[in-house]
Amino acid sequence: MLVLRKLARDIPALAGLLIVLFVAAVALAGPWLAPHPGDISASHLLQRLKPPSPAFPFGTDNLGRDLLSRVILGARGALEVALVVVGAAMAVGVPLGLIAGYSTGWLSEIVMRITDVFLALPQLILALALAQLMSPSLESAMLALAITYWPFFTRIVYAETRRLRTALFVDALQGIGAGTPRILLAHILPNAISPIIVRATIGLGFTILVAAVLGFLGMGATPPDPDWGLTISQSRTYLPRAWWYATFPGLAILVTVLGFNLLGDGLRDILDPRLRRSR
Amino acid sequence: MSEDILTVAGLRVSIGGDEGRAKVLDHVSFALPRGHILGVVGESGCGKSTLIRTLLGILPSTARIDAGEIRFDGMDLLAMGERQLNRSIRGSRIGFIPQDPYLALNPLFKVGTQLLEIMRWHAGGNPAAHRARLIGLLRRVQLPDAESALDRYPHQFSGGQRQRLLIAAALACSPALVVADEPTTALDVTTQQQILDLLRELVAELGISMLFVTHDLGVVAQLCDALCIIYAGQSVEIGATAEVLARPLHPYTSALLACHPERTAGFAGIPGAVPSPLRPPPGCRYWPRCPQARPACRARPAHLVTAAPDRDVDCILFEPGV
Amino acid sequence: MLRFMLRRVLLALPSLFGLLVITFLLIRVVPADPAAALAGDNATPEQIARIRHQYGFDRPLVAQFGLYIVDVAHLDFGESQYSSRPVARDIAERLPATLELTVSALLIGIVLGVPLGVVAAVHHNRWPDFLLRVLSIGGIAVAAFWFAIMLQLLFAMQLEWLPLRGRISDGMIAPAGPTGFLLVDSLLAGRIDAFRDALRHLALPAITLSLGGLATITRFTRAGVLETMQKDFVLYERAVGYPRRRLIWLYVLRNSVVATVTQIGLLFGGLIAGAVVVESIFDWPGIGDYTVQAILTADYKVMLAVTLLIGVIYAVVNIITDLLHGLIDPRLWDQL
Repeated sequence: MLVLRKLARDIPALAGLLIVLFVAAVALAGPWLAPHPGDISASHLLQRLKPPSPAFPFGTDNLGRDLLSRVILGARGALEVALVVVGAAMAVGVPLGLIAGYSTGWLSEIVMRITDVFLALPQLILALALAQLMSPSLESAMLALAITYWPFFTRIVYAETRRLRTALFVDALQGIGAGTPRILLAHILPNAISPIIVRATIGLGFTILVAAVLGFLGMGATPPDPDWGLTISQSRTYLPRAWWYATFPGLAILVTVLGFNLLGDGLRDILDPRLRRSR
Repeated sequence: MSEDILTVAGLRVSIGGDEGRAKVLDHVSFALPRGHILGVVGESGCGKSTLIRTLLGILPSTARIDAGEIRFDGMDLLAMGERQLNRSIRGSRIGFIPQDPYLALNPLFKVGTQLLEIMRWHAGGNPAAHRARLIGLLRRVQLPDAESALDRYPHQFSGGQRQRLLIAAALACSPALVVADEPTTALDVTTQQQILDLLRELVAELGISMLFVTHDLGVVAQLCDALCIIYAGQSVEIGATAEVLARPLHPYTSALLACHPERTAGFAGIPGAVPSPLRPPPGCRYWPRCPQARPACRARPAHLVTAAPDRDVDCILFEPGV
Repeated sequence: MLRFMLRRVLLALPSLFGLLVITFLLIRVVPADPAAALAGDNATPEQIARIRHQYGFDRPLVAQFGLYIVDVAHLDFGESQYSSRPVARDIAERLPATLELTVSALLIGIVLGVPLGVVAAVHHNRWPDFLLRVLSIGGIAVAAFWFAIMLQLLFAMQLEWLPLRGRISDGMIAPAGPTGFLLVDSLLAGRIDAFRDALRHLALPAITLSLGGLATITRFTRAGVLETMQKDFVLYERAVGYPRRRLIWLYVLRNSVVATVTQIGLLFGGLIAGAVVVESIFDWPGIGDYTVQAILTADYKVMLAVTLLIGVIYAVVNIITDLLHGLIDPRLWDQL
């Protein structure tokens, strides 16, 4: 695979890929990896707020739970949220972009104006407002994030479809009698797949970040979920004494998001030849 | 004071890239006598731009000068450091007229700012004197509204006017040598003619020397005292313009002249293709296309031999004793 | 230039109208019973009925939309549940604090990001470039709320160099002034002590908020410089002996910042969103803190007003960046 070989030469992108694979492995094997898998809900009040030690490398929280275990167990939730949100945003955004890009006139206008307005609103505030309107829970947070993220896919697919529509080969396909759905799915979509992959990769990182903010503000995951954002929020009462309580979940967010962003950035350079020169 | 303002001897330059090192220049040699115009003629891709960038010391970072010598007014240019070149050669002793007047001026700065920037570092005197001299030069190059031109932006001028601005810029610091990189290619035919006339007048009037790089034999025939033909990074024939055009010696020059008798632009008609500088043929680079090639051509390293009075040719046919 | 400005303002109008439609739909259509939502959790059925009538929820949607537009035009957003004061007044009092914070963060981003981008481009594909690339991606990847807590932990709690929260010390009387920016007003009033105090309070939140913008500005400047360096005019400028530093920091940079300036409009929206989190962590008395309170207490009137405000700020900032773009590029003057 050409993409993989180029990826292997781009050290930051390769580092990103390795981080993503690592986090995915942790998310999958979490319950087996975590030293204290029961600490997802248990509490051990005798060992509250212990600093990092060989027994508890990341220390313990205010309920005496092992933070390393909770950080490990939190990975699955973070990735699940990100995958569901980005998947849903793609499921809405990509078809809309195809339709808006391929059709002309009022339909395309309306779709793109709505997209622009959504892009103009800060995602975080819109997501917060939506999550509150739908009564706070992890599900409404995910729905709110998906509602704020689809326009990015619409924009990209729209631009790509417009470009290909004017390219000669679409005329040629119409000339030989190919139907619109066939042209869109079999010919235009595959050409737009690279920017979609890049945007999705970066979107996964971005969603983990915004979901953590929602958790932090109490609009996402609810206790005793080992959500990273929620954990940092809970830690604030115990600062500065329990520095480890806030530090390690935050590092987990940082490393995970960094992984997706490095990978997405590298993929963009590799997949989009128009940008390669400006690298 | 030597009689040649510029001599280039045995210059070899290679440029590194994704697919390896390209030997762009392989033994280029010529001399430009003071007060003369020397035309350097070659097809696109023959190494003309690399030659100019070597002369001005602005090669890309992956380029390497493998051999050769460039002497300008008695100084060894290749031995000079970047600072010294910037302070005392580029823009001051060697003026430069670029190829495309539409792209060579920075679109976001006033013309005056850009031209006075050159004088600020390279001409003596104060800003007011620079301005006065520049306006005088703009009048000399027949730019309309010379007084107000300095306060306008590049996009407010036509291509011909911009080329006049750039000619004035090249002359602004009283250079001894002007290097012109196909200065008429981007212009329409009538403007082209005016610019050529202007250049010839200026060279005579100011007593400067000019290296005129082009792919257009017709332009060379009008303008240049002597010419140097370059093929695939090798200087193949040097001599007085009229002599070379009337009686070409190198097989490449002959082929070139034969394929457009009226000497307009274009180089169609020689069988074969210019070799890639990544994998050039050994020896003379023209032998794969040469009707008079012989086995020994492959082993002959490039060098000029005197084939006739004032005529140097890089070809085995003119080796003494052949 | 005047026509250019007018055109830009007209172009912003459809987006603002779209914003009105979306906020209207959010508040009227998404909740099952908007009157109940507006009345709050403890409202009696009579109160709900009164609100339903007062806001015209018993009328057709189009008429409701008309009423809504009229209210917005009068800047009448009702009373905040949380502060029991008119929302418009709360916002007017809090807006300067948020603007001071976001503008400071943006300035940090520009002052550091542009030079860093140039350095990365000049050392293209060598270690400074490599390092800055990873750092700038890291700047986008770091969670602002966590970074803020880390800064508090280190500089406010452990080292005690800087204050933990607030905009000014409790005992200090903030100087009143025309701008509402404490830094500017205290200087205008000649209050060096207040200036120092305000600056110390501003440092941590502004640094936290600047991270994302700093990273983005660095990346865009780098890409812009790399692209400009390929241009013919740069080759010409080198060939006629422009000094290298001036060539890069003046002639190349001006051509390169066009992309960065366009990006600043988008960045400002992100800064306002970031302010929501940063203000609530540092107890900064601005719009962001107000928004979080409003969201947590389901204060719909405030949420609505803030969303509209952000949309308007976004439109204004975009007009400003377009004008900046026009100032940088003289070719635009003649086109319009």
